[in-house]
Amino acid sequence: MMLTYPLAALGRTTLGFLAVIGRIAIFGGQSLSHIVRPPFYPREFLSALINIGYFSLPVVGLTAIFTGGALALQIYSGGQRFSAEAVVPQIVAIGMVRELGPVLVGLMIAARVTSSIAAEIATMKVTEQIDALVTLSTHPMKYLTAPRVLAAILVVPALVGLGDIIGIMGGYIVGTKQLGFAPGAYISNTWSFLETADILSSLVKGAVFGVIAAVMGCYHGMHSGRGAQGVGRATKTSVEAAAIMILAANFLLTSLFFAS
Amino acid sequence: MIELSNLHKGFGPKKVLDGVNLTIERGESMVIIGGSGTGKSVLLKCVLGLMIQDSGTITLDGEDTSTVERDAFLARFGMLFQGAALFDSLPVWQNVAFRLLRGSLARTRTEAREIAIEKLRRVGLTPDVADLFPSELSGGMQKRVGLARAIAAEPEIIFFDEPTTGLDPIMSGVINDLIREIVEEMGATAMTITHDMSSVRVIADKVAMLHAGRIQWAGPVEKMDNSGDPYVSQFISGSADGPIESVR
Repeated sequence: MMLTYPLAALGRTTLGFLAVIGRIAIFGGQSLSHIVRPPFYPREFLSALINIGYFSLPVVGLTAIFTGGALALQIYSGGQRFSAEAVVPQIVAIGMVRELGPVLVGLMIAARVTSSIAAEIATMKVTEQIDALVTLSTHPMKYLTAPRVLAAILVVPALVGLGDIIGIMGGYIVGTKQLGFAPGAYISNTWSFLETADILSSLVKGAVFGVIAAVMGCYHGMHSGRGAQGVGRATKTSVEAAAIMILAANFLLTSLFFAS
Repeated sequence: MIELSNLHKGFGPKKVLDGVNLTIERGESMVIIGGSGTGKSVLLKCVLGLMIQDSGTITLDGEDTSTVERDAFLARFGMLFQGAALFDSLPVWQNVAFRLLRGSLARTRTEAREIAIEKLRRVGLTPDVADLFPSELSGGMQKRVGLARAIAAEPEIIFFDEPTTGLDPIMSGVINDLIREIVEEMGATAMTITHDMSSVRVIADKVAMLHAGRIQWAGPVEKMDNSGDPYVSQFISGSADGPIESVR
């Protein structure tokens, strides 16, 4: 009998995990369906657009510029081992656009936006504001979730694109000021090496990561427990879950775009 | 008329409502009293559809509320929440006019703002409060704004969830008087849940006491003090001695 306990515990954990995945998938599907079904809340959408997009610009810009600069240094020093230091512009470009730009922006959005959405909605839940919405004939998914998810779908790819450019700029600054690359050659090597597919994959990743970040924030906010502890737990779990899902989705998308 | 028949609701092994039967006539002010954790809020949330009962029926003017069109059903209700539940991100006037700015009752912003200011005035707040945010208001002012929001769309039925909780006795008196005046003036049906006996005496036409998941006693407020029911008597007197366990 005792021998079955670990198996039962494993089974319970697996079932619980699968149930959560199922609930999140249903919640995500419902969120997307509410985006295209009226009523629409344009003011909420605009507010979400500014919160997610405009106010994330500093964190995205700073993350990208330092990462681009560090990447240039790493590639240069690593490339020296087999006399390939000249490929810094190309590798910085491909590294930023295909991988680091979308992933780092996604993670920054998870840290900044997912946490803030989860905390806000969880607080609304524990202070009965969500119930108040319902009694005021307003569907919480339409009013709170749909505008945030739509805003994230649209604005996170733009942030990723901007992060890519700023990251490449970081590499350019380090490359030309510290590593001795000619400015014109650096830009021309970067530009000629990048392909449309690289940029498209970056933007698609941005949209997917945006959906994940917003949905996870809304889901955990709406399902938070009671009191301050409930809000804290919802916020923490939303960021952890969003970060892991972004990294997993990144692997899947990279496999899809570039594995062949 | 609101009619609750044999309503049951539990959370896991804990039975909160255990066969509640209650009728609230049109235009009547019903106050439900009972100790903390006796299921008063659950009862109210079941009526509004915020929670689904395990069994039993709730009818509004003879129609089963589980089958009615939600928006039309909710448009008939206004509710004052215990903590006011104002939306932090919106200024006071947009909180009050929330229903008038969107959905089937939508008006122009100018018109909605005018109505909001008129309702704020009705609950004793000046128009300069309209552009403040809820976090800038005292507890009593928040309750008044919550009350203004509850009546903004002139609902037929208004629910009050612990309207005086957290307020000083003077402010409690003010809120109680306002509720009574507004309910009478609008001819609305009101359902209030509270354990504040001063609220009961001002607001109620009828009183129902919820205990152990059932309606222990119901009757006109004038008969409450001489109900002859030991549970009601103990609750009114606030005594630890009696059939209601003081440690629950």
